[in-house]
Amino acid sequence: MKVSYFPGCTLKNKAKDLDVYARKCAEILGVTLEEIENWQCCGGVFTSKDEVATKLSSLRALRYAQDRSQPLVSVCSACHNVLKQTNYLMQNDQAFANKANLYMTSNESCDPYDGTTAVYHYLELLRDVVGFDKIAEKVTNPLTGRKIAPYYGCLLLRPNSVMQMDDPENPTIFEDFIRALGAEPVVYSMRNECCGGYVTMEDPDFSKSKSNAVVNNAVSFGAECVVTACPLCKYNLDKNTHTIPVVYFTELLAEALGIKEDCDNA
Amino acid sequence: MHNDNRKIADEIILRSGVNPRKCMKCGKCTATCPAFDRMEYHPHQFVYMVETGDIEPLLESKSLYTCLSCFACVDRCPRGVEPAKLVEGVRNAVIRQQGKNHMTADDVPGKLDSDLPQQAIVSAFRKYTK
Repeated sequence: MKVSYFPGCTLKNKAKDLDVYARKCAEILGVTLEEIENWQCCGGVFTSKDEVATKLSSLRALRYAQDRSQPLVSVCSACHNVLKQTNYLMQNDQAFANKANLYMTSNESCDPYDGTTAVYHYLELLRDVVGFDKIAEKVTNPLTGRKIAPYYGCLLLRPNSVMQMDDPENPTIFEDFIRALGAEPVVYSMRNECCGGYVTMEDPDFSKSKSNAVVNNAVSFGAECVVTACPLCKYNLDKNTHTIPVVYFTELLAEALGIKEDCDNA
Repeated sequence: MHNDNRKIADEIILRSGVNPRKCMKCGKCTATCPAFDRMEYHPHQFVYMVETGDIEPLLESKSLYTCLSCFACVDRCPRGVEPAKLVEGVRNAVIRQQGKNHMTADDVPGKLDSDLPQQAIVSAFRKYTK
């Protein structure tokens, strides 16, 4: 299966490993991530719906996938959030959709975007397209006995009316993913609370207190490791807490599929 | 002056799509806000102050830049008021004015460290700058 892949700015720079593991693992699982040509940064956050210009990079990605009849996949929580919210706006606000499409078609010879692209986070691709049971079958190096705390943060789950990934207060997708790899998920109460996000640039002490609250809570439930899909969550947790390792979920997947060393040497 | 405040508040309501009159003042938005203790005005106060047109203190407040956009208040409000969108509406009313950006490109180098992901910079820029 081929999908349109939106890597995003951070996966080309500070979070290269998140990207590399995702690509290699997808190949093993029978999915080809076809990187969108000339993709543009999503902007990191979805802002007010009265702004058209800030939605155009997402809209171009959505239309690229539409032209190829492929789903649109991203690994970064922030990219996924922006793409999904833009898609929702295009599907549910006709006035906005008309306006945004006019921007697109005035200088590019193309059809308007009709709202039909399916937007998946990589985790959803694993659950809904590949299947966690199929992943479990492909695991050659089960992470048996490891106690791993999934950290959802904000962007994967909220706003739930749009994201529709899982129950926003009692999610299970990350836990089921960890089980498929043979490890034991640690369920803890702060797993969907904020790490401090971009406010870390102006108020690092604030992010420090938020990040510590999350990791201390995970540790108190017996976690040996925290796993995340978001480069900014990883940064805040890594920088501010030093008790247990914080890793990307794709790294765990590569390890369980037995290709981590190949990726690291690539 | 009062009329001006009412006009600004109504424009914020229109642009954000939030109806503050739906609020039943339960305070859950503030109770669940990870930044509530950093804010001079808490999320429930934003809702009430926009509803009553008490806008000026909000326009001047640093609380506008403390909201994390984590959407906890949006998902957990029992009345679907979406306070975070109102905070953004007030912030936009400020930073969309000429010369009112909260962060400029010149500010960025002083805030960098070697591990900071690009995502943090673009997110902050989109939130603080027009």
